[in-house]
Amino acid sequence: MRNLLIFVLGSVALIALPYGLSFSQQEILVFLVINVLLVTSYRLMTLTGEWSLGHVVIMGVGAYASALYTKELGIYVPVSMILGAVTAALLAVLLSFPLFRMKGFYFLIGSFAAGEIIRLIWKRFREPFGGVRGISGIDPMPDFSIGIYQFDFFEPVSYYYFAGFIVIASLWVLWRIEKSPVGLTFHAVHWQDKLAQASGVNLRAYRTLAFAIASGFAGLAGALQAHYVGTVNPNSFDIEVMVFVLTWAIVGGTATFYGPILGCIVLTVLNEIVLREMGLEQARPLIYGAIMILSILFLPDGLESLVQKVTRRKSAPKPEEKAAT
Amino acid sequence: MSDFLEVRNLTMRFGGLTAVDSLSFKVEHGSIHGLIGPNGAGKTTTFNMISGFYTPTEGQILLRGEDISGLKMHEVARRGVVRTFQHSTLFAELTVLENALVGTHMPFRPNIFAAIIGWDKEDRRGAEARAREALEFFGLLHLSDERAGDLSHGHQRALGMAVAYASHPDVILLDEPFTGMNPEETKHMMGLMRRLKEDGITILLVEHDMQAIMGLCDTITCMSFGKFLAEGGPTEIRNHPAVIEAYLGGARHVA
Repeated sequence: MRNLLIFVLGSVALIALPYGLSFSQQEILVFLVINVLLVTSYRLMTLTGEWSLGHVVIMGVGAYASALYTKELGIYVPVSMILGAVTAALLAVLLSFPLFRMKGFYFLIGSFAAGEIIRLIWKRFREPFGGVRGISGIDPMPDFSIGIYQFDFFEPVSYYYFAGFIVIASLWVLWRIEKSPVGLTFHAVHWQDKLAQASGVNLRAYRTLAFAIASGFAGLAGALQAHYVGTVNPNSFDIEVMVFVLTWAIVGGTATFYGPILGCIVLTVLNEIVLREMGLEQARPLIYGAIMILSILFLPDGLESLVQKVTRRKSAPKPEEKAAT
Repeated sequence: MSDFLEVRNLTMRFGGLTAVDSLSFKVEHGSIHGLIGPNGAGKTTTFNMISGFYTPTEGQILLRGEDISGLKMHEVARRGVVRTFQHSTLFAELTVLENALVGTHMPFRPNIFAAIIGWDKEDRRGAEARAREALEFFGLLHLSDERAGDLSHGHQRALGMAVAYASHPDVILLDEPFTGMNPEETKHMMGLMRRLKEDGITILLVEHDMQAIMGLCDTITCMSFGKFLAEGGPTEIRNHPAVIEAYLGGARHVA
């Protein structure tokens, strides 16, 4: 009953949210929703203990793929978005062969190198990737109506609803995966790969599975972005964006499902609302760097640890009751 | 009795060092088999080869006549040979129950699509029942919500065995299971191992605690400097001149 109430209130709040915002803030909201999916998919990858620096490029693979499918092959936009996600996941499976010969720090560097290679391929080949300028004039999502609401995708509000629906569905899938025995196996692979293997877990298969799922959802986020912005170019998926993703994940904390989402939302609001008002948005990398250092020093478990403190205080009497009985 | 697990001419070289040199022995089905020897005799290396952690330089490991040497650890585990580790190798950040659930990975193989849709309820229930059964067997059920890293040393060792037991193994390889246990705990653990044997599980163990080895094992293989030294029942090994010499460093000659 209480959960239902939270669900209804949450939905109403999410639906009503854009009406309190200006046009440019509505646009930011669309990107925020897409970035939430990006950073949550990144967390699934980190469950197996591997941190990648190629995640944003994989997102770009989804964006490029979806854009090219609609442009060159004339595929219907929603279908091409899904195909873009599938392409990103398949590429991740291919990349896993060289990359999963490495672990830890070496994997981090390897994934960065792999990402840069993909970006250089986009830059080098005008056909079909459009070189440095990338691809422009990507078909927007076609308008449609669901009876009570007319989707007009020149309006950011419409795209926010559309992307929000897809992102929430994706988050639900990611959450189900994490809470399932598969998710437990991801944790097992992270904490003690030898013991997991001795229990019959195929390490390679599970690491590849996590990488492929994370990449698939990152690709979907990329496709959502490509059909909203209308252009993709190599520089919109460079290492700077990757550093933002890392900052969201680290500042939010990666121990819980909501940690990275929290980090993404808080930092985006801080950046777009507060800094833009002060005219400091050019200093974003500088300020993000400072926030990252401060959070590592003073909040090593991320923003999620603050939430846990509050909720634990509420439920604190429970264990005492248990001990008393 | 047919040959259940057989090690044939097993050799492991690390560069110029021969850690295990042409070792051969047989483990009978349903027995408790001890592997002993002074420090550095190559017991753990042998273990690592049987469980697939190392690939032997030469020789074979035969399980029911099938050559399993050089297979990966999870492939060996899927054939029913499950190992525990020397130190308290556990998923320290996970709860005790979750640790045991990882152990049920083989009998209840997770399926990602079923997990998303929610069609794996029965598997999840089965896995949890099996995990609780394994915890109860090792007397850990009351601790199932604790973090594994917070357990006492004795409980951690028991949990390591519970994780292995949860996977319905045919053979359990125990690497020094009694290390760091007090005599009381050791005695209790020996009782549990006898019960495992009654369940039809074959046990191969490496151990330094001679009292436990002598009281528990049906057959003991003794090795020294990577080589086979002697094999036999507990009394036979205790009185074997070569074994005494290996352990006491040739005291006979001095005396």
